[in-house]
Amino acid sequence: MSSASVEEYLEAIYGFNEKGELAKNQDLSEKLRVSPPSVTQMIQRLAEEELVAYEPYKGTQLTGKGMALAQKVVRKHRLLEVFLYEKLKLPREKVHDQACKMEHSLTDETAAALCKALDNPEKCIDDDLIPECSLIVESCDECEQARSKSAEHPLITQLSNLKPGEEGKVAFMRGGRHATQRILDMGLTPGTYFKMVNAAPFHGPVEIEVRGTSLALGRKLASQVYVEVDDKDETWKRPHPHGPHHNIQR
Amino acid sequence: MFALAGNANVGKSVIFNQLTGLHQHVGNWPGKTVERAEGTLNYQGQEIDVIDLPGIYSLSTYSIEEIVSREYIAVEQPDVIINVVDASTLERNLAFTIQLLELQPRMVIALNQIDIAEAKGILVYTEELSRELGVPVVPTVAVKGAGLTELVKTAMEAVKGEKAKPINYGSEIEDGIKNIVEELKAETPYPSRWIAIKLLEGDAEIERIIYERQPEIKTKVDAQRDIIEEIHGHEIGSVMTSERYGLASIISEKTTRHVIPDKTLRDHLEDLSSHPILGYVLMIASILAVFYGIFSFGDWVAGTLDAVFGVLQTVYFNTVGNTDTTNFIWNAVVDGFIGGVVVAIPYIGPFYLVLSLLEDSGYLARVAYLMDSAMHSIGLHGKGFIPVMLGFGCNVPAVLGARIMETERERLICAFVASLVPCAARSIVIMGLVATYVGFRWAVLLYLIDFILIFVLGRIAYKVAPDEPVGLIMELPGFRLPSMKTTAQRTWFRLKDFVYEAFPVMIIGNFVIQVAAFLGLLGVVENLMSPITVSWLGLPAAAGVVLIFGILRKELTLILLGSLMGTTNFATILTPVQMFVFAFVVMVYVPCLSTIAALVKEFGMRKALIISGVEVAVAVVLGGIILRVLLFIGLP
Repeated sequence: MSSASVEEYLEAIYGFNEKGELAKNQDLSEKLRVSPPSVTQMIQRLAEEELVAYEPYKGTQLTGKGMALAQKVVRKHRLLEVFLYEKLKLPREKVHDQACKMEHSLTDETAAALCKALDNPEKCIDDDLIPECSLIVESCDECEQARSKSAEHPLITQLSNLKPGEEGKVAFMRGGRHATQRILDMGLTPGTYFKMVNAAPFHGPVEIEVRGTSLALGRKLASQVYVEVDDKDETWKRPHPHGPHHNIQR
Repeated sequence: MFALAGNANVGKSVIFNQLTGLHQHVGNWPGKTVERAEGTLNYQGQEIDVIDLPGIYSLSTYSIEEIVSREYIAVEQPDVIINVVDASTLERNLAFTIQLLELQPRMVIALNQIDIAEAKGILVYTEELSRELGVPVVPTVAVKGAGLTELVKTAMEAVKGEKAKPINYGSEIEDGIKNIVEELKAETPYPSRWIAIKLLEGDAEIERIIYERQPEIKTKVDAQRDIIEEIHGHEIGSVMTSERYGLASIISEKTTRHVIPDKTLRDHLEDLSSHPILGYVLMIASILAVFYGIFSFGDWVAGTLDAVFGVLQTVYFNTVGNTDTTNFIWNAVVDGFIGGVVVAIPYIGPFYLVLSLLEDSGYLARVAYLMDSAMHSIGLHGKGFIPVMLGFGCNVPAVLGARIMETERERLICAFVASLVPCAARSIVIMGLVATYVGFRWAVLLYLIDFILIFVLGRIAYKVAPDEPVGLIMELPGFRLPSMKTTAQRTWFRLKDFVYEAFPVMIIGNFVIQVAAFLGLLGVVENLMSPITVSWLGLPAAAGVVLIFGILRKELTLILLGSLMGTTNFATILTPVQMFVFAFVVMVYVPCLSTIAALVKEFGMRKALIISGVEVAVAVVLGGIILRVLLFIGLP
């Protein structure tokens, strides 16, 4: 399966999930203009790749990993829309299709550059929120430094997007200093591996397992913690965060 | 002097209670709503003071508990710190141990709950751990009293021993610390290495102390911080915490062995308690049981006590005769005391008992987890659910229960919201007046109005209260059986504390009102209040006095109104609209005297008066509006 079509699916599912709905196969088939059987087939594949969680008769939801991928694509898409419409002055109705084609070939590096050129827009032309940048930056200058390091950025999403059973690694935090310090004090330091155990209904808190303890984290705090969800790395289970420079000495 | 320090839920209080038995005193830290438990321990004829520091996760400035603890350790310099560490969550506990070592005290580690750790398949090598940390480690199972004699013995030896040495961080951080220490001249009770670390971390307290005396050092600190942040690519707070946890992780890995245990009944119960559906079922069942239990027991005891005091009253009047003077003495002196006893013993005692059991068993945390999103709608987070719910029975334990919130801000909002919840006494007025004479639907409407009020005022309090709001973040401790001895002792000491602090307010308050009644000032008050009670609220003039007395005990308003008007058939003296307005005002206007006393105890006079003032204003303003609305829609 081509990565472009995976991205298209994830993007479409994101569109439904964003409104708080599950993506039904029928809706996806209409939105993506493909036959229902191929939607079913594709969803199965995505589920095998652990990008989505599918509930029969209810619909599909992105996993944390799927969410991280989708956010990346949606971010590119919406940045491109802003660019095409506001800078290139393309007619509004043409912008969407063009962005759809360009988004798959845009590198992360270029997307970050585009973001800076557009002065870090928060909303796209349809007033939808552009998913937040997943770099550890607080300003566009820092962004410039960060993106010069590598062309492909790690898959990062908010902790609150992970589904029970998924694992992740803390990347960084956004939000108030007080709250950040508290999250750190409880052991969620950058580089820490954790497992999502449970999420309370009605947008309640999440329960995670970290450093051998269970921690409850309000949904708002959980959405301030950005986590890596890429599991290509074989050292995933290795719990140590900071590498080898620790020598216990007196 | 020994000081117990450690994370929450590690069994610290159990050790404290085992060590001190009944020789303890529970009070507050000066000027803080933080419990301070002190006691004495008898070891081979020697009296040793023991203090139980609050359960915390860090020595930063996140919560009042943290600030209190670190000041105490540095300034009071206890002879030995007993760091209680949970063997089953060693890594996270050690991150705090490392922070304690930074303060360089004489220290002993109580490696507690080794039985639970073993059940979880975690084996800790005590000697290895002691070698890594450079302080003695004693394994204990506090709930069973195991290892405590050894612990005390080791602590006594440590008194004469050397101070603990901090563990070193990565070399770039150590360089930074060294450079700052060299320049540091200001004398403080804190070790200079610790000061340097806190300056690097940008700790507001320490910055204030140091930069005031040595402002020029700031540039140096900032420069060192920049270097470290540059190397790590993270903010300094994050770097330092990561370093500590990194060390904790290495040490815990070196000193523990894991085996995979079977899933126990405990694990299944834990899963059930946070299940998205069954968790709520279990929670509602437990809460109803607790609620019903406390208040049916409380009613029974209160009834019995009332009867006893009734007999005493009869005996009293039979002995001294019923004159104005004897009447006055009884009402002004004895009644205030009775009011306190009838509230404190029957309701607050059991409440403390149950709260302590729920807390120690680890279930309270699960309830907070489940109720978090609901509580956010009234400006609180999950932990605030318990106090607010208890408010339906009695506001006093609810206000006192607000302590389970971490910050002063959340505590205040929580207590404020809890004081608006219609307690049993207010329900008596609503049911006895509105439901009986106007109709049940109108009583329900009153409750609805109150819930909307709680929602709106909670939101406003959330907006106006100072400091940054903090969401829910807490440990979900594993379930365990609470120690009955600890629970019973803690309940007793808290209850005693409440009696000492709140009774004087109640008794004096009662006295003042009775003196005013005796001197005939109430008629004056009635006149003074009539613009509000009669003109604005449309109530009979007698309502003024009734509302004043209602501050003592709200259920009395009904009885008093009856006796002042000469009948208990309220339909003949009040119109339905008046009843509704009267019940509304009684419901909202001020928390009763016992609740005010609790507010004073927890937050000081000023905040207690602000809360009471706001509630009076809301009751009066809205009461008048409700009157006009009801008349407008044609209720007689």
